[in-house]
Amino acid sequence: MPTGIRPVTDARQRQMAHPQVQAWWQALDCGFAPVADVFEECLDEALSSFSRAQMEAYIEAARFIGKLGRGPEPLLAFLEEWPAVAAAASGDQEPLLPQVMGAIRAMQKSPNSAAITPFLQTLAAVAKRLQSAEQIELYIDIALNLMVRTSASIHGHHTTFPSPGLPAFLEQAPRLLGLLSTAGLRNWTEFGIRNYGSHPERQVEFFSLKSADSHAVLQRERHGTLFADVERSLDLYLRALWRDSDLLVPYSTAFDELRQPVPYFDKLGMRVPDVFDDAHGPAGIVSGLNRYRAVLAHMVGHRRWSTAQIADNWSPFQRMAVEFFEDCRIETLLIREYPGLRRIFLALHPQPRQDACDAETTSCLRHRLAMLSRALLDPGHGYTDPVLLDFVRRFHALLSASESSTAEIAALALAYVAKTRRPSDQLATIHFDDTVIDYRDDNRQLWKFIEEGDEEQAFDAERKLEPGEALRGLPPRRYPEWDDASQTYRPDWVSVYEALHASGNAADIDRLLQKHAALAKHLKRLLDLLKPQDKVRIRYQEEGSDLDLDIALGSLIDFKSGATPDPRINMSHRTDGRDISVLLLLDLSESLNEKVAGAGNASGQTVLELSQEAVSLLAWAIDCLGDPFAIAGFHSNTRHEVRYQHIKGFSERWDDTVKARLAAMSAGWSTRMGAALRHAGHYLAARQADKKILLLLTDGEPADVDVAEPGHLRADARKAVEELSARGVDTFCLSLDPKADDYVRGIFGKRHLVLDRVEQLPERLPLLYMSLTR
Amino acid sequence: MTDKTQYLVRQEPYYQVQGQEVALYEAAYHARLPVMVKGPTGCGKSRFIEYMAWKLGRPLITVACNEDMTASDLVGRYLLDANGTRWLDGPLTTAARIGAICYLDEIVEARQDTTVVIHPLTDHRRTLPLDKKGELVEAHADFQLVISYNPGYQSLMKDLKQSTKQRFTAFDFDYPEATLEAQIVARETGIEQSVAAQLVKVAQAARNLKGHGLDEGVSTRLIVYAATLIGNGVAPRDACRMAMVRPITDDADIRATLDHAIDATFDANPA
Repeated sequence: MPTGIRPVTDARQRQMAHPQVQAWWQALDCGFAPVADVFEECLDEALSSFSRAQMEAYIEAARFIGKLGRGPEPLLAFLEEWPAVAAAASGDQEPLLPQVMGAIRAMQKSPNSAAITPFLQTLAAVAKRLQSAEQIELYIDIALNLMVRTSASIHGHHTTFPSPGLPAFLEQAPRLLGLLSTAGLRNWTEFGIRNYGSHPERQVEFFSLKSADSHAVLQRERHGTLFADVERSLDLYLRALWRDSDLLVPYSTAFDELRQPVPYFDKLGMRVPDVFDDAHGPAGIVSGLNRYRAVLAHMVGHRRWSTAQIADNWSPFQRMAVEFFEDCRIETLLIREYPGLRRIFLALHPQPRQDACDAETTSCLRHRLAMLSRALLDPGHGYTDPVLLDFVRRFHALLSASESSTAEIAALALAYVAKTRRPSDQLATIHFDDTVIDYRDDNRQLWKFIEEGDEEQAFDAERKLEPGEALRGLPPRRYPEWDDASQTYRPDWVSVYEALHASGNAADIDRLLQKHAALAKHLKRLLDLLKPQDKVRIRYQEEGSDLDLDIALGSLIDFKSGATPDPRINMSHRTDGRDISVLLLLDLSESLNEKVAGAGNASGQTVLELSQEAVSLLAWAIDCLGDPFAIAGFHSNTRHEVRYQHIKGFSERWDDTVKARLAAMSAGWSTRMGAALRHAGHYLAARQADKKILLLLTDGEPADVDVAEPGHLRADARKAVEELSARGVDTFCLSLDPKADDYVRGIFGKRHLVLDRVEQLPERLPLLYMSLTR
Repeated sequence: MTDKTQYLVRQEPYYQVQGQEVALYEAAYHARLPVMVKGPTGCGKSRFIEYMAWKLGRPLITVACNEDMTASDLVGRYLLDANGTRWLDGPLTTAARIGAICYLDEIVEARQDTTVVIHPLTDHRRTLPLDKKGELVEAHADFQLVISYNPGYQSLMKDLKQSTKQRFTAFDFDYPEATLEAQIVARETGIEQSVAAQLVKVAQAARNLKGHGLDEGVSTRLIVYAATLIGNGVAPRDACRMAMVRPITDDADIRATLDHAIDATFDANPA
């Protein structure tokens, strides 16, 4: 029967068994047969928690929802879910019901009424996660805010199109709230609204967690200790405490609800979850970092002390028992190495109650093994089972003298299985509570099979490179971009591809230098005058900053012995030597191809050609000074493709190879400045120098084809400059855009120069550099 | 004449023999060959020399080298007094005259032109020309020159000239092996052997990080400091933090890792 169409026999006439239920059914005034079918069951559940007055309110709200004209679905969802929602919010629907009804009214009044059903359907699951009325109200606020800001209008103020992202958001809400706090959820939705507000398809992708950005921002907002934040600490931990190191590879825990992946290691590296929340156990709190350490220590233990066993002849139960025993063995050895680990392991290890599992009805194998594992590690375990105690004793006897071995411990485990086997172990219902020890890996390295089984999958079979996938240049480096509106970074937003610049004819550059020979001569004179920077002591001064004791004594001796004393008994300091690294970053965007209009430029040179001359002269000048310098160019084509072109590296000499690259300089595409600044800055920051200068030569403001708002890339560039200055890199901008005054100060502060007459560039650039480093 | 006895090492310094170094040194001294001891900071280079001086019964003159040291700081200079001037021998000259062991500690810290004055003393000539005074000092038959140097410095500036290096026989020192080091710490400070072993374990964790954010690991000297603190009643974990972690790094990640190593080694409430 299609929903929403009234059946021939009106459901209103349906008779309910109980007269009170019948009265409420009348009050509901509902003609939907599917509702009538479940009405009594729903009321049963509601009655168990609601008072009479609350029931009235519940029916009243249901009546309203039934009359929205959206068919039976919203009403069914409300009737079924509401008692659970109220129960989650500590049994009190009072403050919550008006909120929810308000939200439903708001959706009904806007074009978003289709979202009412998903809203009600997921509300119970959301409430279960949030557990308080205030939190649920916050959630409703977030949803309504999303709705209002993404409902589009075409003519003026009437909103005519529903929010594309809202239903997707509501459907994902329970899962999102499992990963995020409400504050995190707010940030995540804000990000989606701001970046995809005007792009319906992308918006749906974002809110249904189908896009990479959506995952990235989600990752950033998650609670707990993120792997990315502690990666270095973990690496140091492995090296310092265990003299081990391997590639640490995080796997995602956010999107695998059914089967949580377990840590493991193989020849490609150690796999750990991408985030760990602090663990709150009866034995105290274990920080996320310490949980990571426990995982790594356990894996290190396997790598040190475990040997793979041939498992073809062992049943899954036997293998499980061997794994439990072996895990305990290596943990005992780990604790022997660092006694403090016991506290962490025990705090993370579940402590199953002795009588938690009923061996008559469920399979208790896991329960038994978990208890045993606890008892093996925890001297104060308090279990009384004689078999368990016997095996604990035998285990410690094995380990007391030596490290034992995997084979030896496996024999003990098999004996244990033989001794404790019960028929009920084969039952399908397995006792899982308190038996999962989440810091242990999946022990895949513990087994080898002579025959290929059908249960093992080759997860790590080598992936073949697709034919078209050949690598070009370096793999991309991803940089964040500053989002001024929200004052946050957009994580991994821009991809920078670095490649060697194409080569041309080096003689062209020599010709250019020849052309400017007169200018070069002038520059040379100025270069010789440049003051070096380092301090050096000069002695034998008649006047100076310090008395030079040795010489003063000598003079006094001469004086006393009748000789003419040397009056130059002081010393002072002067500066000597330069310690400056400079990176010249060239904007190679399309606008460089424009001809220069100035009067002194009859030959009709383009800005690019002038820049080429200027850069050649500057490179020559810096080379004369002997400062280490690098040259790079950049241009961009959306955030997915920022090209960073290497022209000269710090350690390369100013020779024909470099000149050839400079000669081939060409322009195209746009100017995504922030990413290029960050990339150039990371090279410069790694230099050892007193002064690090990033000299940017550009002819326009930051812009790119995928960014509509002009302020965004400016703000990002400003942020990049701030970041660099925090890392000890001074950025200076030489702008060729006569209108640059409007924005260049905003980005670079005082460190900029606007060149009105572009044709002077070849002369001015080297002079600028000299004045900067004087 | 300078009072020779003031330079004698009176009490036997505690030195734990690690290998053949004592016999080898004695052989080198017998032939009066110049000796260079290399090794990371605080691993016992100076203590070894002190011990050998005591064992051989020779006076020991130690000079801690620094960047501002000039050749005259080593060789000597004229001073003023009431009657005019007086020549004062520098430590190197004194040692050469009285037949002491002259120990130039951390020689690379001195500027390279300064270190050249030792050259004539280190080859067959065994003389020290005092050009200011116009004297050629013949080294005493018992005189020996010893330098120490820490090759761990990354700086290119702090290295010895080949012409200097090639005048010496050399010992390579390193931190002792764990049980031995624990013995040394226990013996030096009087704390329990087991605690000393735990301190050494923490130190080794730090030494594993050399090259991964640490320039130098925790030296034996720092372990001894920590042990001294423990001996004075400081809780082991605080002593480790104070003496072994905080001095060597400002890096928050490394600090956290080493603090964790301390916690893992000294369990708070041993079960």
